[in-house]
Amino acid sequence: METKVQRSKTLVEEICAIPGGEGILDCIQCGTCSASCPNASRMDHTPRMLIAMARAGMREEVLSSNAMWFCASCYLCTVRCPRDIKPTELMHALECLAVRQSLSNERTRTPIMYRSFSDFVYSIGSVPEVGFMTWFYLLSNPLRALKMAPLALSLLKHGRMSIKARRLKPEAERQLRAILDKAEVLGGMS
Amino acid sequence: MKYYTYFPGCSSSDGGAKAYGSSALAVAKALDVELVELEDWNCCGSTPYTSVDELASLCTSARNLALAEKRGLDLVTPCSSCYVILSRTNSHLKEYPELRVKVGKALAAGDLEYHGTVRVRHLLDILVNDIGLDEIASRVKRDLSGLKVAPYYGCQVVRPGPSFDHPESPQSLDRLIESLGAEATPFPLKARCCGGSLIIPEEDVALGLVNKLLDSAVGGGAECIITVCPLCQTNLDVYQGRVNKKFKTHYKIPVLFFTQLVGLAMGMGIKELGIEKCIVSAEKILAGYIER
Ligand code: SF4
Ligand code: SF4
Repeated sequence: METKVQRSKTLVEEICAIPGGEGILDCIQCGTCSASCPNASRMDHTPRMLIAMARAGMREEVLSSNAMWFCASCYLCTVRCPRDIKPTELMHALECLAVRQSLSNERTRTPIMYRSFSDFVYSIGSVPEVGFMTWFYLLSNPLRALKMAPLALSLLKHGRMSIKARRLKPEAERQLRAILDKAEVLGGMS
Repeated sequence: MKYYTYFPGCSSSDGGAKAYGSSALAVAKALDVELVELEDWNCCGSTPYTSVDELASLCTSARNLALAEKRGLDLVTPCSSCYVILSRTNSHLKEYPELRVKVGKALAAGDLEYHGTVRVRHLLDILVNDIGLDEIASRVKRDLSGLKVAPYYGCQVVRPGPSFDHPESPQSLDRLIESLGAEATPFPLKARCCGGSLIIPEEDVALGLVNKLLDSAVGGGAECIITVCPLCQTNLDVYQGRVNKKFKTHYKIPVLFFTQLVGLAMGMGIKELGIEKCIVSAEKILAGYIER
């Protein structure tokens, strides 16, 4: 039971509480992850820096960073880290924390895409690509939807756009929703 | 006959990579492999979802594993992303007991339980290691000699592992191409990232990565690329035009699913394998081989 007198958790403690996040304590700051990362140059802080900042308790800066949202889950850092830390998992943990604290992030659209994705999974259990993309573009920037029209048309022409979403059987849909509702009551990973 | 439970994933079932799913099934059948689709599967729990709500994503994923466990067979998917997500759910549940308890409770709300016994496999692994290259070579009916093919692994079929191939310089797809009678070309970036789903929210970043990949494949002399993942195929094929526009390049290299190449070698037709669905047309480079 949490009580109000408890001191609030430090950022590192919060990260460690997320499965996969505990590796942050073992980092030796060698920079192998940053050097391996295909998107490091687009990140405002490299993976190694992000780890250092988190350990220094720079909550605001870390959780509003765009770095984790540029992670493509290529796992190159993870197979190379000499300390077996799984920086990819750390990136996921930071994304979770950032979303949880709903610090708005104006420097990347990725969080919005992820949100639209999970809306679909919750409601119908699968991800119809057309619906998903439309939903995403509408949430983020309707003008981009227009720019992508030629690409959508060429997919359509090649029979690669299905307009209808695949639906689970009603009882399976109910089962999935019961599981997810329970997960929500159980309140996250940590 | 070999038997597996099959998890097509959203893209290969009836999304943009339908042709991957249908060619996978056709090839499996011809190789005496029975892939029985997991009944009422849902989204694998996909990466984007993982970032927003970890527990919900694990539970989504675990429902599939729980359903598969009832059948007691290996769970096979052609999608590298589904492969990583489902495997990660397995390893997370093994590594973190508290998580296992929570996921167990959530599954129970849907009258399911999961004991962690399902082996998640990628379709490439099945072809190369269960069926075997000699067996595949013995089924080849069409002469593909001279066809130069770049083997694109991407990331998630070999990483984070432990996997059936080397995490940075894998060989299985190269060997598969050779056993089909075609030529695997040198492709230094064959296990590097295509940007994955970042292509939607951060197109510029992903296009930059795709550009490097295409350059590496073409530089090795390839006439076409084969992939083992719907996301990779989409980024390299569907977005090839956007790369050309952005970087003033002139790539025109077809990108096939590996199952389509296997099917071709086994004598199946372009239509049957859905090859006409490639945005960058493959018919021209394949025409000579079809008529041989
Ligand atoms: S590679 Fe591992 S040890 Fe080195 S900086 Fe990155 S996380 Fe730390
Ligand atoms: S997994 Fe993410 S952080 Fe690690 S190298 Fe790949 S893109 Fe960079």
